[in-house]
Amino acid sequence: MAAPTPPPENAIVRWIDSRLPIFGFVKHHLQDYPTPRNLNYLWNFGSIAGIMLVVMILTGVLLAMQYTAHVDLAFNSVERIMRDVNYGWLLRYLHMNGGSFFFAAVYLHLLRGMYYGSFKAPREILWWLGIIILLLMMATAFMGYVLPWGQMSYWAATVITNLLSAIPVVGNDIVTWLWGGFSVDNPTLNRFYALHYLLPFVIFAVVFVHLWALHTVKSNNPLGIEPKKQQDTIPFHPYYTVKDLFGFGMFFLVYLAVVFFAPNLLAEPDNYIPANSLVTPAHIVPEWYFLPYYAILRAVTINISIPFTGIVLIPAKLGGVIAMFGSILILFFLPWLDSSPIKSGRFRPIFKQLFVLFVVDCIVLGWVGANRPDEMLMMGPDMGIPYLMIGQVATLYYFGHFFVLLPLLARFEKPRPLPDSISAAASGQG
Amino acid sequence: MSRIRSAIALALAALVAAPALAEEAAPAKQDWSFSGIFGTYDRAALHRGFQVYHDVCSACHSLSRVRYRDLQEIGFSEDEVKALAAEKKVTDGPNDQGQMFERPARPADAIVPPFSNEQLARLANNGALPPDLSLIVKARKGGPDYVNAILTGFVDAPPDAKIPDGMFYNAAFPGHAIAMPPPLADGVVTYADKTPATVPQMAHDVVTFLNWAAEPELEARKKMGLRVMIYLVLLTAMLYAVKRKVWSKLH
Amino acid sequence: MADTVGKTEQAGETRRDFLILATTAVGVVGAAAALWPFIDTMNPAADIRALSSVDVDLAPVAVGQRITVKWRGKPVFIDHRTAEEISKAQQDDKADLRDPATDASRVKKPEWLVLIGICTHLGCVPLGQKPTDPRGDWGGWFCPCHGSTYDTSGRIRKGPAPRNLEVPDYVFTTDTTIKIG
Repeated sequence: MAAPTPPPENAIVRWIDSRLPIFGFVKHHLQDYPTPRNLNYLWNFGSIAGIMLVVMILTGVLLAMQYTAHVDLAFNSVERIMRDVNYGWLLRYLHMNGGSFFFAAVYLHLLRGMYYGSFKAPREILWWLGIIILLLMMATAFMGYVLPWGQMSYWAATVITNLLSAIPVVGNDIVTWLWGGFSVDNPTLNRFYALHYLLPFVIFAVVFVHLWALHTVKSNNPLGIEPKKQQDTIPFHPYYTVKDLFGFGMFFLVYLAVVFFAPNLLAEPDNYIPANSLVTPAHIVPEWYFLPYYAILRAVTINISIPFTGIVLIPAKLGGVIAMFGSILILFFLPWLDSSPIKSGRFRPIFKQLFVLFVVDCIVLGWVGANRPDEMLMMGPDMGIPYLMIGQVATLYYFGHFFVLLPLLARFEKPRPLPDSISAAASGQG
Repeated sequence: MSRIRSAIALALAALVAAPALAEEAAPAKQDWSFSGIFGTYDRAALHRGFQVYHDVCSACHSLSRVRYRDLQEIGFSEDEVKALAAEKKVTDGPNDQGQMFERPARPADAIVPPFSNEQLARLANNGALPPDLSLIVKARKGGPDYVNAILTGFVDAPPDAKIPDGMFYNAAFPGHAIAMPPPLADGVVTYADKTPATVPQMAHDVVTFLNWAAEPELEARKKMGLRVMIYLVLLTAMLYAVKRKVWSKLH
Repeated sequence: MADTVGKTEQAGETRRDFLILATTAVGVVGAAAALWPFIDTMNPAADIRALSSVDVDLAPVAVGQRITVKWRGKPVFIDHRTAEEISKAQQDDKADLRDPATDASRVKKPEWLVLIGICTHLGCVPLGQKPTDPRGDWGGWFCPCHGSTYDTSGRIRKGPAPRNLEVPDYVFTTDTTIKIG
């Protein structure tokens, strides 16, 4: 496998490579790199997420040239971009919808990992780096949404930063420190702008470490069996370069259809109203990719106290914050919670069904997050279920999936027999 | 795999249907010349709509994100735009004597608002602030259909409706009590192109104009979008063919 | 048998190569077309382009007085020339000029000279607008940065500047007002 490659034929290439091996690097990591031959289209979402990061940075830098981060000027500067700057509307809509599509790609990429066991040994660190990227993306997106300084920008910032006051002892100081003042105001906007510009480059760096980890352990595949023979893998180029390009085409067809023909499909109308600290919108809603966490946050309504005393250990507000962050941090422990030695859901019939329920549960959580907890889902003229209750059940199921179902499955599930190898399975199918 | 897909599809369908169950009925869908992938702005409607804004709405509502020169994009000539601008005065200065002075507005100026600040606007309108209309179509759920429903929604209140003093019943406004008196009545504007100025006609025209005010880039956006989509369909199809050809090498 | 197999394989390869070539070409064309908005977005925006003309009232400017107005962020020199300055400028039409131009070609009314006050060498603002400023040997303007000297028609006479002071687009909207730009 490690036969020395012949030196490059071109003299210029040899000159450069002997001083800085960029050509050798490209050949080893992007051309010859052995990849399982049986990857399906769910494996495209990694490269799609990568290209979306590039799109976000490119459009973001060009927008940053025209945007002004001051409470009196921000909203107007965005409208100027929309109306006066050449192709400003295009940059703005690409950036605005690009964020949504970036999250869509990352969520599908993550779900692929959960289903096929891409987080199991030896890929635990690869998985952790991915979650770190997700957390950085969430921080970046949250701060970015504040920048247009619309009603939703201001109030989402107020609600979410206020949450941190739930932290015992130091909570209020932390919130004041974060705000740079006594409410969300100009200092907050400016520092969010600075950090929103910075974090994508941090994400870029973590993506490189993520790819370094990937190239160390090599890609998983739909069978969950590691490559054993030479025929199990194929060179990345041209097979996966071409497949990834096709994947970009399909993804961009959907993305650009939204950008050009329904650019405000995922947007909140209230954000086209300039921020007003004296008027709270009737319906404070985050962007769709935050809705499930919002539902989990609001699901915790009881204080955890010592029984028979009035002493509150964890007030409901803090409980909600812990549950919300916990819903993502729990992913770090997935390799030990889902400890089944069988990687791929393809050979785990019960896990497969539970996974479907898990995805449905996430969608239900998102739907609950979009509605007010006190409102009811009407089942008939006089009968309704409060969204809060649906959210609580869905939250319990979410954590139950990780803490109860997965560990039980690992112990008791009988998997289907695994094929001998990737190429054996491929030739078995013809 | 297909069971997974159908389960997810069912969940998504419930998600889409659910909001309709929980909230008020959506405003009646109208036919807009600018909707759909081939949508464009009906120039005649834009002109009539501007006339409605100018003759009726501008008494209380500003349109500050539109400059007079922008009206050239919808078919007003340079001279017409100069004349429209010159109807109103703006404060400029200080001049060389250090004084602020008034001068007629110029095409590069924003459409002059009826009130120079929020407090004056509230004073003239019973404490209510008539919102700026530049983005109103994008700032309301239901968009142009909603704004149209408001303008045509000043119907007789049902007997059990409680409308506070100084407010008016509106069928489309959440809570049904709106601070704005009905702005439109049949014939309140005489259209230059002789179209009969009924309330639904004026509402339709002014909403078309307001949509342009909120989305002046719409025609360019859809035109570019069509070209981009056709190109991408072609390129993606070719990339698929290349992918199949390359992968056919693997027995 | 081997021959026909070889030939179909080759034909297949040529077809594949053509497809790859065609797809690459379509892709490159699209990428180039997609690049343009990202470049053009940095060009002056519509509001900048719109503020591109200014009206100046010349009535208060006495004979022999020079005023400076701002236009598109740049200084514009307006000189209400004396008869002497006009005749000196016209006499030098035939002189050895680095950037030959007649005085008549640089004015609309001979008593009003309108120039962009930026030295064509490296962009400093020449002196000469105030009566106390040095005006150089030809009584026009003098650039202190590297010594470029302009005459009473704004033409370069001495020093490193390659071209005459630029005359902007302007029109007389009335006898005493001009619109620049």
